[in-house]
Amino acid sequence: MLASIASFLYPVLKFLNPPLITEAAVNEVVAGKVQDLKPNSGKIIKFGNKPALLVRVSDTEWKAFSAVCTHLNCTVQYRDSTEQIWCACHNGTYDLNGKVVSGPPPNPLTEYAVNVRGDEVIISRRA
Amino acid sequence: MTAKAIQWLDDRLGLSAIRELMDHKTVPVHSATRWYYFGGITLFLFGIQMVTGILLLFYYRPTVAEGFDSVRFIMTRVEFGWLIRSIHSWSANLLIFVAFVHMFSVVLTHAYRPPRELTWASGIVLLGLMLGFGFSGYLLPWNQISYFATKVGTDVAAGTPGIGPSIARILRGGEDVGAPTLTRFFALHVMVLPLITVGLIAFHILLVQKNGMSTPPWIAASRVRHLKFFPNFLLREVMVWYGALAVLGVLAAIFPWELGEKADPFASAPKGIRPEWYFLAQFYTLKLIPSHVWIFEGELLGVAGFGVLAVGWALLPVWGVNRAGEARTRLVTGVAIVLIAYLAAFTLLGYIK
Repeated sequence: MLASIASFLYPVLKFLNPPLITEAAVNEVVAGKVQDLKPNSGKIIKFGNKPALLVRVSDTEWKAFSAVCTHLNCTVQYRDSTEQIWCACHNGTYDLNGKVVSGPPPNPLTEYAVNVRGDEVIISRRA
Repeated sequence: MTAKAIQWLDDRLGLSAIRELMDHKTVPVHSATRWYYFGGITLFLFGIQMVTGILLLFYYRPTVAEGFDSVRFIMTRVEFGWLIRSIHSWSANLLIFVAFVHMFSVVLTHAYRPPRELTWASGIVLLGLMLGFGFSGYLLPWNQISYFATKVGTDVAAGTPGIGPSIARILRGGEDVGAPTLTRFFALHVMVLPLITVGLIAFHILLVQKNGMSTPPWIAASRVRHLKFFPNFLLREVMVWYGALAVLGVLAAIFPWELGEKADPFASAPKGIRPEWYFLAQFYTLKLIPSHVWIFEGELLGVAGFGVLAVGWALLPVWGVNRAGEARTRLVTGVAIVLIAYLAAFTLLGYIK
């Protein structure tokens, strides 16, 4: 009886579990033009299939992080008034090194490297 | 002719048994009788959900590309579409509110005691199913708020120790909330949950029929008079349903449910984002828990705490009665009042902060 039930349930559970789709790992993206972002502002860009946050701290200083909050997966944003990264979902804040300043996030944001080539801003994973 | 037709049906359907039941079913009349109506109102609102949900299905398209636009089409182009959708949304919220009132009235009148343990258990599962309806239906318009609410909600599920990541993957249909999530939530909302719920409601009502209405322990059985269910109580119940329908109509017409903006997975979570009011207490609690408590992650601790609370509450018929099967009235009333105060205060704080 139990074996019979298990033989019905096993394929159903397997069916519900979505197949793993391995996507080609994205290591570098062009985030846009230098002139697209003013100093003390930020924008969300696509980094593969995940959002990343690009921040232009000053004329010459740029920062980029994974935009996925380490608390419950919301997408963070840059707040120019406090010069911090903020998650609207549960009020978590991070500094411009990605470290948690306040709120419930348990871990820092993953930081990416930013390089400016000509007038293009390039974001890449750190080695 | 009519008598012959009734006799013909009686021979085939056993109508006399139903007539017998109608003649003998009674409802106790005492100071707490008014609380009996809330189960019926919940059932009535569930009926409204079924009817309006079926109507919405005629136009709604469950895809990321068309979901939002199809709801906008319903609200702006289809005659009375705004009203049907608004009634569906308002009724969902009223239903959950009334179900909570029904549950706490059962607790405070100690109706969970033997032999009604299964009635309590099926009611708790039904409340969980209603919350499941709310959570899955919230995503279907595919707007910005519902997108992030689903991201948070499925991530809370992922925090369940051991099986959490698998549950989240099955719910989302992948690693993230996206097109497969919408398809899955649609299937859950219009097929899986309704089938289970209808079956369980039938079981719940069957148990109420089998065991009769519970009388609070402080009311002596000898002092209770009885009212015939058919037609006396039923007519009163129908009048209450009309009242509920009037409230629903006024809310839906004066405060039409908003659609918001289309979901953009590559936008930041909007300022002021919060879940539906019935998840606000948990939302605010998670907001308050620090990132780490001793060696534990705050989020994990919060999720585990809610789990323990839910299981403890479901086991009320076990710890809420003594060995003789009598209700531990002071203990249960105290716990219920603390729980109501927590839910009310944290829901309010979650709303204003």
